[in-house]
Amino acid sequence: MAGIELKSNVPAGELKQKWSDFKGTMNLVAPNNKRRIEVIVVGTGLAGASAAATLGELGYQVKAFTFHDSPRRAHSIAAQGGINAAKNYQNDGDSTYRLFYDTIKGGDYRSREANVYRLAEVSADIIDQCVAQGVPFAREYGGLLANRSFGGVQVSRTFYARGQTGQQLLIGAYQALSRQISTGQVSMYNRHEMLDLVKIDGKARGIITRNLLTGKLEKHAAHCVVLATGGYGNVFYLSTNAMGSNVSAAWRSVKRGALMANPCFTQIHPTCIPVSGDYQSKLTLMSESLRNDGRVWVPISQEDAAAIREGRKKGNDIAEDDRDYYLERRYPAFGNLVPRDVASRAAKVACDGGNGVAPTGLAVFLDFASAIERYGKAAAHSKNMTNPSAAEITAMGKEVVEGKYGNLFEMYEKITGENPYENPMKIYPAVHYTMGGLWVDYNLQTNVPGLFALGEANFSDHGANRLGASALMQGLADGYFVIPYTIGQFLSHEIRTPNISTDAPEFAEVEKNVQDRLDQLIAIKGNQSVESFHRRLGKIMWEYCGMSRNADGLKKGRQMIRELREEFYKDVFIPGEVAEFNPELEKATKVADFLELGEVMMCDALDRNESCGGHFREEYKSEEGEAQRNDKDYTYVSAWEWNETEPILHKEELEFKNVELKTRSYK
Amino acid sequence: MKLTLKIWRQKGADKKGQLESYNVEASEHMSFLEMMDVLNEELISKKEEPVAFEHDCREGICGTCNLVINGRPHGPQQGTTTCQLHMRHFKDGDTITVEPWRAKAFPVIKDLVVDRSSFDRIIQAGGYVSVNTGQAPDGNAIPIEKDTALSAFDAAACIGCGACVAACPNGSAMLFTSAKVAHLGKLPQGQVEHAARSKSMVDQMDTEGFGNCSNTGACEVECPKEISINNIAMLNRSYLSSIFGSNK
Repeated sequence: MAGIELKSNVPAGELKQKWSDFKGTMNLVAPNNKRRIEVIVVGTGLAGASAAATLGELGYQVKAFTFHDSPRRAHSIAAQGGINAAKNYQNDGDSTYRLFYDTIKGGDYRSREANVYRLAEVSADIIDQCVAQGVPFAREYGGLLANRSFGGVQVSRTFYARGQTGQQLLIGAYQALSRQISTGQVSMYNRHEMLDLVKIDGKARGIITRNLLTGKLEKHAAHCVVLATGGYGNVFYLSTNAMGSNVSAAWRSVKRGALMANPCFTQIHPTCIPVSGDYQSKLTLMSESLRNDGRVWVPISQEDAAAIREGRKKGNDIAEDDRDYYLERRYPAFGNLVPRDVASRAAKVACDGGNGVAPTGLAVFLDFASAIERYGKAAAHSKNMTNPSAAEITAMGKEVVEGKYGNLFEMYEKITGENPYENPMKIYPAVHYTMGGLWVDYNLQTNVPGLFALGEANFSDHGANRLGASALMQGLADGYFVIPYTIGQFLSHEIRTPNISTDAPEFAEVEKNVQDRLDQLIAIKGNQSVESFHRRLGKIMWEYCGMSRNADGLKKGRQMIRELREEFYKDVFIPGEVAEFNPELEKATKVADFLELGEVMMCDALDRNESCGGHFREEYKSEEGEAQRNDKDYTYVSAWEWNETEPILHKEELEFKNVELKTRSYK
Repeated sequence: MKLTLKIWRQKGADKKGQLESYNVEASEHMSFLEMMDVLNEELISKKEEPVAFEHDCREGICGTCNLVINGRPHGPQQGTTTCQLHMRHFKDGDTITVEPWRAKAFPVIKDLVVDRSSFDRIIQAGGYVSVNTGQAPDGNAIPIEKDTALSAFDAAACIGCGACVAACPNGSAMLFTSAKVAHLGKLPQGQVEHAARSKSMVDQMDTEGFGNCSNTGACEVECPKEISINNIAMLNRSYLSSIFGSNK
């Protein structure tokens, strides 16, 4: 595919006018034609469910697919902290432009201006829509919507529903989807996994799925295909993603010609429960909202840190003067609310320096004692208590903290067996989100005509680092308010195309490819489990392509992945048959794809000779250890074409006309 | 810790199943599902068929995991899903029985995996507010009392796991259905369709083969999100008013 031209298709005109001008002039599909046009939506998380529901409402015939037993299970459900929107309900200086600017800056100037501005623009509509669906957002005593702050911003624009915002938003989208299923506008295929993409005359026209209950392959055709299949954080094995989250739908599309953009941009979330043992299957996030009130610290002296690691001391035993509140010290302007990439690297620096506080040495404290005292005093004041005792203040303070973060504290206690109201939490960074994803243009269309990608599955809005509470915003923006318009740019040219038949030879050919691939995997009958390969891959990724990277490590890591892949195809053991319910086979196809993606991530990280956002190259840092971007040479989107011997890099140059590229400072 | 597991093995929906014994060595820091992973890794290393069980987020929110542990849905710890249950709640030498959800409306697919699609169809029968994308007024146009929003939230916290059905001697889905009716019915946005929603969701519940509620309260005890049976009272009221025509 030499000479792929990556056209962003950003409309002409002023940034602030682009989206409204686009909507006013774009091609429409008339209702009578919508009725006979079919759309496949893969994935039913926030992006997929909202897209399928809205396209159904508009009159398209939608087929929606999920590998889960129900569309309500998608991993969007686990998002805790909140969703951003430029409502400026707090009267604190927020605006569409400010949300746009914060997102561009937070992403370290590696995202497309026009897409991000549109995201900020539709953000307010999302809140309205969700409220109308019955999403029980947090409210103030006056009955109006409450907000809180998230990392990397200086306004309060985050809407939330306790620590379960993702769950409530997903249930809203799921209910909207359920309504369309009941009217017959959407046909829902649960427990179906997409295993390949079918193209006819260069256009995406269908997918091959495996019915996970029977193991049977099925052909599904439509006028176009929308992927909303989430991110690929599980390439690291240990991540905050759900066990089933995977890259396969996107990766199979890459193998049919789509491009994977910025794959090395991975978000390592600073506040997760630390790793405790080798048996561990996943890591658990503690919401970033906790950094509104929690203070991050390690002991100043290595002796104290060692004593805590060995269980001779507890966090509370360390005197105030012997603590290093390193985020407040290093970044006074943003303090504990610096963006995720900055907070994660700072935790790594603290632990690498020997000041970590878990037995593994890999944890820092997140302490709520000050917040409990502050809230307790405020509560005493509002109750007109003139001389409250310390115990009364603490009790009232704990009550306020429980109201804000109760379910998170409870989850922490269940997992660790420690009470975070009494002792500071221990946290450490973990893989959480992938900014990279399928390359898409302004219309969210990939370079394959008729193939669209939404939500975390695309690369478009977060650059090299995503700000907190922006994933939910992007997923729902794409699904409710962007794709319903932009899909018309493609479909308006398809109104004369009759329904696509699965009898086309292209379907039979791709189906055979899939069947052969599954037969090949199951026939290996080696000696090692799929899980063991996945675990080894994760270790390589974390070691060489994790929180900090360097050229030698990336070259070595790439080689190790190639060897591991070879070993996988010689020695993996998958029990059972293809044509039956077989969870091990499902895992195997996912791990096989991760084994290729991982290599491209290494190539991408090696190509990018700069540090930006979540991508930190040890060779490119300031004397103070801060990331050093190279705008002259690397202000581009890397879009990778798969090739077994040498993946091929294509570039989309990024233009910044409305913001000035600056060194990102949170000091 | 050394454990003996008695696990329900069943090849398929139309096959007969039985409990089989396995020995496994676990650490008290593991979650229950990580202990099951260890067992499966061992079975695979012996080229035996691993135990099929469902799970996904492993942080207690997706509602996928569903094991009956020693006779109790999600095991012994109050307000906890299977994936959030840790082995420190068991003792060295324990024998633990692991079974699937058992209810007519949740047929077994394989081993510990059951079909819960009946829950989706109950939601499809009216568990939503009929509002198309783009039709919404400003989010602050309707103030909602803080306590009302919180109480709607308490009902909306349901994760759709089905523990309530598994716990109920009648296999009733009243707690699940009422949680949705209460979530939407308590909010002004959901009021318009409240009575009709109650009727159509209950009708669908009956069609799916769920049993009736006889107020045993087991559902509330076993619900990992501690959803209250007060919601059932609210549903009964709105169901009756849907029949007798009063919406109050």
